[in-house]
Amino acid sequence: MDHPILDIRNLSKTYKAGTTALAGVDLQIRKGEIFALLGPNGAGKTTLIGAVCGLLRPTGGTIEAFGLDVARNWRQVRQRIGLVPQELSFDMFERVDHSVAYSRGMFGCPPNKDRIEQVLRSLSLWDKRTSKIRELSGGMKRRVMIAKALSHDPELLFLDEPTAGVDVELRRDMWRQIGALREAGTTIILTTHYIEEAQAMADRVGVINKGRLLLVDDKAAIMAKLGSTEARISLTQPLGEVPSVLESYQLALEDHGTTLVYRGGDGSGKGKREAAEVIKMLVEQGIGFDAIDTSESSLEDIFVDLVERGEVPA
Amino acid sequence: MNLRGAVAIFNHELVRFFRTAFGSILSPVLTTSLYFIVFGAAIGSRMQEIGGVPYGAFIVPGLLMLTLLSESTSNASFGIYMPRFTGAIYELLSAPVGVAETLIGFVGAAVMKSLIIAGIILVTATLFVDYSIAHPVLAVGYIVLIAAAFSLFGFILGVWADGFERLSIVPMLILTPLTFLGGTFYSIDMLAEPWRTVAQFNPVFYLVNGLRWTFTGNADVPIGVAFGMTLGFVLLCVVLIALIFRTGWRLRD
Ligand SMILES: Nc1ncnc2c1ncn2[C@@H]1O[C@H](COP(=O)(O)OP(=O)(O)O)[C@@H](O)[C@H]1O
Ligand SMILES: [Mg+2]
Repeated sequence: MDHPILDIRNLSKTYKAGTTALAGVDLQIRKGEIFALLGPNGAGKTTLIGAVCGLLRPTGGTIEAFGLDVARNWRQVRQRIGLVPQELSFDMFERVDHSVAYSRGMFGCPPNKDRIEQVLRSLSLWDKRTSKIRELSGGMKRRVMIAKALSHDPELLFLDEPTAGVDVELRRDMWRQIGALREAGTTIILTTHYIEEAQAMADRVGVINKGRLLLVDDKAAIMAKLGSTEARISLTQPLGEVPSVLESYQLALEDHGTTLVYRGGDGSGKGKREAAEVIKMLVEQGIGFDAIDTSESSLEDIFVDLVERGEVPA
Repeated sequence: MNLRGAVAIFNHELVRFFRTAFGSILSPVLTTSLYFIVFGAAIGSRMQEIGGVPYGAFIVPGLLMLTLLSESTSNASFGIYMPRFTGAIYELLSAPVGVAETLIGFVGAAVMKSLIIAGIILVTATLFVDYSIAHPVLAVGYIVLIAAAFSLFGFILGVWADGFERLSIVPMLILTPLTFLGGTFYSIDMLAEPWRTVAQFNPVFYLVNGLRWTFTGNADVPIGVAFGMTLGFVLLCVVLIALIFRTGWRLRD
């Protein structure tokens, strides 16, 4: 990576209470990508974001954003970063538009009614602009948080669990918003524990647990490396052993020879293709079967697997 | 320096103040007016002059001080405590806002609020008592200095406090008693020993007398000492706030 927009080296954070939330994290983020940081509760996702955004003081390591050290050039760096935190937190008695305009000013941008209108409209908040924040539903409140973070046109945007506690419809809507932001050139780092969220949106995925990054890779590469297809074929007659013509496939007999199981593939479609080939050959060989059950491993399986092993897979 | 950010915070704080104008302006003005009616107009007319100043006029600076101290402290402390309480502080911490922006925004707005209230109180006072201001320029300067000192102090209080009780305890249990005992209603000459000596260990005694000097031209203490102490307090608070930002105390884990 030539010039990462964010370059985190050996970042560690031990809270005063003694919890080590980050234990030496290295992470480089490319300009323009959507990066999903996946991990269970307490993994250190929020702490990582807090360290970059200035909410807390790292115990060790360095963070550079836009080629600038965030501790030394904090004013310039922060002006270009937006943050939507996990919790809904604002002055509930304030008007939506005032709150968003305030955020813009705080980040050093001149007042700009048109831009505020644009942001509010893009998040379907325009009709609610004169409402007090406390009068809005939970989902709308979260949109206000996003509007505030976007008000100063950040180049790098952090979304900490953006869809936690949000209903399915709003979640899809939010994915669209995030997609639109990426189109506009914003680099986005989001944390989530919904695998489908990372799968749906991210270009790259990092898996974090207990303050350590277990894996960082392109989403497709992760699927390729770890994704596999499983096809379970119920045979009408039990077999004693796998027929020799099928030896080149990864097959096994289970349930006393009544189920032929294929496990293979790399997330690129090879698994499905091979499963189809196996079935064709069964037909050609006159081996009868009465049911086929296929499944794809998801990021979820991969994730659970990684976290359980607590190590980077080979 | 992020001047726009500082101005945004300043304006935001003032808007918040006017949003609750009914309580934030009316209540100190009402309280002070009651003092003027009771002590200035009713009782004051039966009191002797103090150092050639009618009693009603004598208590004006002290009552003004009472309001300045409590309003500056509570406005500034609430200004920073509320975002800490609601969690909205995340935005300030992630924004290009440092000591300078904070001082201009939060402390500046608190000073402005106090000045608005002080102005209203001085105007209201003319309804109940006859008073004049001997050194108007110095009076304004000193009022600004006091408002700044206690707004800074309030800011520190708001960063330190971890509950609403603490926010109100300090103005109520420390500042108000010290102001009452600091010669708001009497001259130190009217006290018997040992209280006369004890009173001189009360820092607010010097503040009240400093302000009284700018109004009446008389004071129980050398005016230089009063000014020097106030200025010293301002500097101490600025240094403390700079340290808070440097260490992240109570703001950044
Ligand atoms: N302010 C804090 N003080 C002490 N410990 C904390 C604090 N914030 C988080 N932690 C601890 O640090 C670890 C990581 O927390 P966090 O970064 O919030 O994880 P995640 O966002 O992945 O759920 C947890 O064990 C959590 O209890
Ligand atoms: Mg979190």
